[in-house]
Amino acid sequence: MLDVAGLEVAYGDYQVIWDVSLHVAAGEIVSVLGPNGAGKSTVLNTISGLCRPKAGRITFKGERIDGLPPYEIVGRRLAHIMERRRVFPYLTVRQNLWLGGYNPSARKERAQTLDFVFELFPRLEERESQLAHSLSGGEQQMLALGRGLMARPELLLVDEPLLGLAPAVAADMMRILRQINETGVSILFIEQNVQTALSIADRGYVLEGGHLVLDGTAEELLASADVKRIFLGG
Amino acid sequence: MTTEIILQTIISGLLMGFIYALVAAGLSLIFGLMEIVNFAHGEFMMLSMYAAFWLYTFFGLDPLLSIPICAALLFGLGVATHYGIIRHILDAPMMVQITATFGLAIFLRSLAQFLWTPDFRTIPDPIVAGRIEVMGIFLGVPQLVASAGCVLAFAFLYLFISRTETGLALQATAQDREAASLMGIRPDRMYALGWGIGSACVAVAGVLLTSYYFIFPEVGLIFALIAYVTVAMGGFGSLIGALVAGVLIGLVEALGGLLIDPAFKYVIVFSMYLGIVLVRPKGLFGRY
Ligand SMILES: Nc1ncnc2c1ncn2[C@@H]1O[C@H](COP(=O)(O)OP(=O)(O)OP(=O)(O)O)[C@@H](O)[C@H]1O
Ligand SMILES: [Mg+2]
Repeated sequence: MLDVAGLEVAYGDYQVIWDVSLHVAAGEIVSVLGPNGAGKSTVLNTISGLCRPKAGRITFKGERIDGLPPYEIVGRRLAHIMERRRVFPYLTVRQNLWLGGYNPSARKERAQTLDFVFELFPRLEERESQLAHSLSGGEQQMLALGRGLMARPELLLVDEPLLGLAPAVAADMMRILRQINETGVSILFIEQNVQTALSIADRGYVLEGGHLVLDGTAEELLASADVKRIFLGG
Repeated sequence: MTTEIILQTIISGLLMGFIYALVAAGLSLIFGLMEIVNFAHGEFMMLSMYAAFWLYTFFGLDPLLSIPICAALLFGLGVATHYGIIRHILDAPMMVQITATFGLAIFLRSLAQFLWTPDFRTIPDPIVAGRIEVMGIFLGVPQLVASAGCVLAFAFLYLFISRTETGLALQATAQDREAASLMGIRPDRMYALGWGIGSACVAVAGVLLTSYYFIFPEVGLIFALIAYVTVAMGGFGSLIGALVAGVLIGLVEALGGLLIDPAFKYVIVFSMYLGIVLVRPKGLFGRY
């Protein structure tokens, strides 16, 4: 479904991603792991079109999407939920969600998708007329997820969905991600905690200093000595 | 001093305030969207007044009827400004952005002097003229109509921004450009639209003024200056802020002129502005 090959990304002259290749098959949950500053967000931002790659190719459903602007990529049913949620703070919950279905390919089914999102997050329906900035962190993450789902994605990119959430809420969020996946949406997500990430991911990629250093199934990675070295310093 | 005079002054101040509000709303919309101050805002107003003047002179079209034409012309000029200038300096340092629109302002003002001379022009007999008396208070009909027109335009703008899909997309772009682009919104188009609408706002105010105000190349200066103060006082990017601050400035200016001295009215307005931004740097309704 998604194929990234030989990706290189630079901010100006400052290169941060070297030769990263990864793929996500239909129906999979895949995790991108790595310490702070490893380049995880940059990879996701390049897939969704926020950053332009310096080299490499990105293919989604058999078509090249590298270099396309984000507003075109989302129309191909690839949604990206950025780090720190990035909800529209001074719009209501409902308006945020509604805009999630702005792109023409999602617009027709907007009302049904909204029902589906409200079913998944009843909390959002209770707060539909509240301004997004007044929501709690967990609610904002639900809103960001719901807004992403409004684009009717086949692939969902999620950047650190658990950031700043209390353990109970984080567990809830993981359950919801799995639930979304069960409706047929493939997921590529970033998470700092290996255990948590691999509890729901089928596979994982480990980035370090802009290079892909490891990849494998959840079991392989959990058993890997390198993972322990990178993440536990042991 | 009679109650009539005070009441009359308050009403005149209010009427002027609504015009200030619409001029400021246009400026505020653009600023809220991309954090760029259009220093040519007053010149856009001047151009729209001249457009109304020439439409009247050549085609006998009354300013009231030329509102849609002037609004469309200035909408076009706003969009052209975005694509011709602003788009290229979006990520440039602030000084570059300031000089770009400031340069445009000087260019347009000089162009107007060159093409149309510095003479003061008026529209000799507009449809709206004369004055009416209500309970001992005299009100100019052109002033009333201009003010009502600005209120109407403001209401339209407000409904457009808060109720329509495109208005929501504009707000979303203003609040988070990257997130908006991930929704399928094209920020560049929203910017162009913002410039178009912002310029059309000041155009409507300008045309309405021509029924009773002089038209000359520098006419936009004081209106723009007041608009900057209005926007800063009301809060950058806030439409309601522009409305409240515009009305407040209109009132203070009129009452200050009456109670203290007309020569000091701007001193009072700017003192109020300084006072408010000292206490609340982000303005009355500002978020930033
Ligand atoms: N807009 C930018 N301009 C310049 N450098 C950037 C920019 N964004 C990120 N970087 C740099 O790129 C590198 C990778 O950043 P990135 O945000 O992709 O890492 P990350 O793995 O997501 O980190 P974190 O876990 O902290 O979110 C870092 O060195 C960072 O400083
Ligand atoms: Mg990151």
